[in-house]
Amino acid sequence: MFARHRAVILKLCSALLVFGAWEIAGRIPVSFAFPTFIESLAAFWALIVDGTMFTAYVETLRPLVVGVLISAFLGIGIGLWTGLSRAFDWLVSPIFVVMQTAPLAALIPLLVMVYGIGLTSKVFVVCIMAMPVIVLNTAGAVRNTPAALIEMGNAFLGTRRDIILKIILPSASPIIFAGLRLGVSAGFIGAILAELKITPTGVGDIISYSRSIADYPSMYAAIASIIVLAVLFLNLLERLEGFLFMGTRKTLVSD
Amino acid sequence: MDTTITENAVAVRNVYKNYGDVEALRDLSLDFPKGQLTSLLGPSGCGKTTLLKIIAGLLPADSGEVLVNGKPVTGPGPDRAFVFQDFALMPWASTIRNVAFGLELRGVAKSEREAVAEKYIAAVGLTGFENSYPHELSGGMRQRVGLARALSVNAEVLLMDEPFSAVDEQTRRKFQEDLLGLVQNENKTFLFVTHSIEEAVYVSNQVAILLPRPSRVSEIIRPRGFRNKDVDSIRRDPEYLDLVDKIWASLKSYVE
Repeated sequence: MFARHRAVILKLCSALLVFGAWEIAGRIPVSFAFPTFIESLAAFWALIVDGTMFTAYVETLRPLVVGVLISAFLGIGIGLWTGLSRAFDWLVSPIFVVMQTAPLAALIPLLVMVYGIGLTSKVFVVCIMAMPVIVLNTAGAVRNTPAALIEMGNAFLGTRRDIILKIILPSASPIIFAGLRLGVSAGFIGAILAELKITPTGVGDIISYSRSIADYPSMYAAIASIIVLAVLFLNLLERLEGFLFMGTRKTLVSD
Repeated sequence: MDTTITENAVAVRNVYKNYGDVEALRDLSLDFPKGQLTSLLGPSGCGKTTLLKIIAGLLPADSGEVLVNGKPVTGPGPDRAFVFQDFALMPWASTIRNVAFGLELRGVAKSEREAVAEKYIAAVGLTGFENSYPHELSGGMRQRVGLARALSVNAEVLLMDEPFSAVDEQTRRKFQEDLLGLVQNENKTFLFVTHSIEEAVYVSNQVAILLPRPSRVSEIIRPRGFRNKDVDSIRRDPEYLDLVDKIWASLKSYVE
């Protein structure tokens, strides 16, 4: 029975370990600003019951979803092109490397000056966080398509389009998805960062408001909720990947 | 068989090929008679795979030309099919999709191409593995998939680049016997790159020995006596043994 449910049991143990440590640390307490797990859970429940959490997420998810969608489609597109063309690679890769390493928090005032405090700026922050890793992973994966497979496609009279759609993309898809997962988690960070640094709305508003009135349990409940949401979403993405590319997960055949 | 009256399926005429400063092929000319199996045999670095890829249209020659059924080669064509040394199977595709992939790229409808693939999967002895993925197959079975893919596009010329070098010895022997059957029954022209002297003599109607630096055809050997013998007695045939010895004597000095 243990063997069959081992994954679930171990995951529960892991959660128990984290929450247990949290509870103990809150009871010592390590800081008066650090609530116990149970207090935070109660605050979380209260936020759900009075509907605050729900309205907050409607607000937060908007730039997040828009930003992640733009990053995914544009990112994979640009990454594909970058991987296929040396010249385009030289042109755009440095931009994304800079984007990836730039201290984003310091750039936010600049974005606000140009695009204001509305949705646009927040979407930008999400994109700056999410896109580089998607682009760079996609480009790397495309470049690393086994040369033998491309040669095979040519030998059997594949057109350029056939080779991209039927060989390069499926071959690159595991790493593209890995980049997508990293990009999405970075996008979650970006969405909260935007709400903390631009205008306090949504979950970012709960975090900064409850901090300002020293309601620490609510603050940690909000922080934890976004982590839980991110984990759930990443799991969903993994499921989708498994469903789409059942055979691809196995190693390349070349031994 | 008298070659003077045999048509050539493939003719290579004065082909040169350089990789940067390295001369891979210099003024190479060679004929490949129709319906026969010709081996390209030589030490590594003698340009035999380069020559095969030029014939396939996967690499351009620097000068000279390759004629397939009298028409010059400008790129890959439907008259040639390739069997790769490392199989080149798509790991995300099942056996049947891999075998049918050549036809898929030619735009053949799914039901039609799968019927053809089914036939060649049976011909190479992989019935029951249609829905297996490459990682579930042994090395020998993977190359059978590669062979079935090449057969299913029904090209007149089959280009085989060291097809058995990545499979184990027993499997290779079985492949060599099966290949003799294919040459007899399929009425195709086979071009076969190998570095095994025994393999070349065993399967070939004609063995072209390539020597490196500069690459050239040093000799063409045509086994005659044992070609129509039973597959099991070839390896004991005196002519077979003499040819293997003779080829080894001429290649020996090129092996570091």
